[in-house]
Amino acid sequence: MIDGVPPDPMLERRELIQRVAHKTLNRRMLASRAVIGLCGLAFVVALVPLFAILFSLVQKGIHWWGIDFFTKTPLFPSLIDPNAVGGISNAIIGSLVIDGIAALFAIPIGVVTGLFLAESTSPFANALRSTAEIMTGLPSILLGIFAYQMIVVGFHEWGIKLPGIGFAGIAGSFAIGILMIPVIIKASETSLRSVPTPIREAGLALGARNGVVARKIVIPTAMPGLITAVLLALSRAVGETAPILWVIGASTINTWDPGHEMASMPLQIFQSATSPYTSLREETWGIALTLVVVVLVINLGSRLLAAWLQRERR
Amino acid sequence: MVDPSSTMVPMATQVATSLGTGTTGTGVIVDPRSGRIAMRLDNVDVSFNGRTAIRDATFDVPKNHVTALIGPSGSGKTTLLRAVNRLHDLTKGAVVTGRLMLGDTDVYKGGIPATLLRTRVGMVFQRPNPFPTMSIYDNVVSGLRFNGIRKKSVLEEAAESALVGAALWDSVADRMKAHASTLSGGEQQRLCIARALAVEPEVLLMDEPTSSLDPISTRLIEELIGELKDRVTIIIVTHNMQQAARVSDLCAFFLMGDDRAGEQIEVAPTKKLFSQPDDQRTLDYIQGRFG
Repeated sequence: MIDGVPPDPMLERRELIQRVAHKTLNRRMLASRAVIGLCGLAFVVALVPLFAILFSLVQKGIHWWGIDFFTKTPLFPSLIDPNAVGGISNAIIGSLVIDGIAALFAIPIGVVTGLFLAESTSPFANALRSTAEIMTGLPSILLGIFAYQMIVVGFHEWGIKLPGIGFAGIAGSFAIGILMIPVIIKASETSLRSVPTPIREAGLALGARNGVVARKIVIPTAMPGLITAVLLALSRAVGETAPILWVIGASTINTWDPGHEMASMPLQIFQSATSPYTSLREETWGIALTLVVVVLVINLGSRLLAAWLQRERR
Repeated sequence: MVDPSSTMVPMATQVATSLGTGTTGTGVIVDPRSGRIAMRLDNVDVSFNGRTAIRDATFDVPKNHVTALIGPSGSGKTTLLRAVNRLHDLTKGAVVTGRLMLGDTDVYKGGIPATLLRTRVGMVFQRPNPFPTMSIYDNVVSGLRFNGIRKKSVLEEAAESALVGAALWDSVADRMKAHASTLSGGEQQRLCIARALAVEPEVLLMDEPTSSLDPISTRLIEELIGELKDRVTIIIVTHNMQQAARVSDLCAFFLMGDDRAGEQIEVAPTKKLFSQPDDQRTLDYIQGRFG
C-alpha cells in the first residue's frame, strides 16, 4: 500500500470490478428498462380483452337493468307484445339455490379433505391429492353428463337401480358441488400448509392432540386463505354452465324448491342467446352483465374479507 | 485505499492487526480517530410507515477496523446495518434520513445506484444463504458475474483469493464443482463470506453471522473476522457481548427508547466501552443487569 511495494492484486481487482460494474451498468439498466417495458406491455395486452368485455357488457347490458328485470319472470314475445322479455328473477333465485346447496356440501368436504392432505403423510393422502388434481382438470361437461345419468334419469347397470328424480335444481347442485370440491381441496391445502411448523409444534408440545391443534391453531391461522379459497371456488361455480345445462330443466317460474325444475343465470344466458327472438337475444347482455357483477363482487369481497381478517390479527 | 500520502493507514492497520486475533487486552487502545474513516453516519434515522426504528445514529466507522453494533432486541441495530447498503429500498414504507457517507459518496443522496453501492458494501446474513442451485465455485463468483465480469482468469483468481480469505480454500479447492449444500453450516457461512469478499467490497456488513452456528464454527468465523480487517472494513451486529469484546475495535451501543425507537447510547473503543463506559446504561447492559 506504500510506494515501492508491488501492486496489491485485491485492490487491482476492486478497481477492475468497479470499472466493469460501472461500464455494464448502463447496459444493464437499459435491459432492465426494456424488460419492465415488456412487462407493462404484457399487462396492457392482458387488460385490453378484459376491459373490452366489461365495456361492451356495460354498454349493451346496463339499460336492461331495472326493477322488472330483477323481479319479473321471463316473457316470450308474442303478437300482442313483440318485444316482451320480462325479467330474470327465476334465474337469480335458481342460481342462489343451486350454488348455495352446492357450496353447503362442497365446502365442508373440500376443507376437511384439504386439512387431511395438509396434515397427513400417508400414501392414501397422496393418492387423494392426485385424484383431486385430475378432477380439477376434468371437463365440466362430463360432470353434467354424470349428473344427468346418475340423478336425472337414474342408473340401471349391473343390477343396481337408482331411481331418477327428473330435471331438478338439486341435480345441478350435485354437479356444481362436485366441480367445486377439488378446487377447494387444492386451495385449502395450500393455505393450511402455509401455517408454520413451529406453531403446530408449539401446540403439540403442550400435549394437544392433532385434532385439537388443527381446530384451535391451524384452521384459525389459515382462515383468511381458507375464505379466499372457498369464495374463489364459489365465484367459479356461479359462472359454470356446462354441468347444469341438461340437468336442471329450464323453468320460467320463480321457485325455491330444489326438487323442482329451476333456472340459473348461465343457463338463462345460453337460452336467451340462442333464442329465435331478437329482443331475447339483446336481453342476454343484461343477464351477462348481472352474472359478471356477481362474480366480481364475490371475488373482490373475498379479497377484502381476507385482507381485513389479516389486518385484524396484527 | 491507495493513498500514499497517508502514513496513518499502515499504522492503524498494524494496531488493528495486533489486536486482531481476538483480544482487546493488549493494552493498546485503538483510537479510531487516528485512522482513516470508511463510513460516516450523521443523524441517521430509519422509520417504517412513520414509526421510527432507529434514531440519530451518529458515528464514524474507522477503515480496516471492526465496528460492532450491540444492544438488546429492538434497539434497531440490524435496521441500521441494513440501511448501510440500502436493503431498506426494497421495503415499502421505509424511510432513511440523515447522512450516510461511504468515503466521499453519499449513500442515499449521492445518486449512486443501489446495485453499484452494494458492490462496495457487501453483506453476510444471520443464516448461511448460499444459492442452492449453484456450485461452490459459481456461488463465490456470482457477484462478479452479476456485475458483468466474464473473464475466466479474473473469476478464478477472485474465487481463490476470496476462498483463501474466508479460510475455506483448503477444504474446497478440490471440489469446486460440488453443490454448496454439501458443505456444513459453518462452511456454508464461510462460503457466504467468500462470496461477499469476491467482489472486493470496501465495507463488509455482518448481521449476527454466527447466530445459527455451533461454538467451533463460531470461533472459526470470529478468528476470520480478525484476519479479514486488513482487507475490508467490517461492521458487525451481534447479540453476544463476549463476541463483540473479542472481535471488535469499536463498539456502538444501542437501546430501545421510551417511544420504542432505537437510540444510540454510546460509541467508544471496545476496550473502553467494556471497562469504563461513560453511560450508566452501558455499564448495566455489559454487566448483564438487563438485556
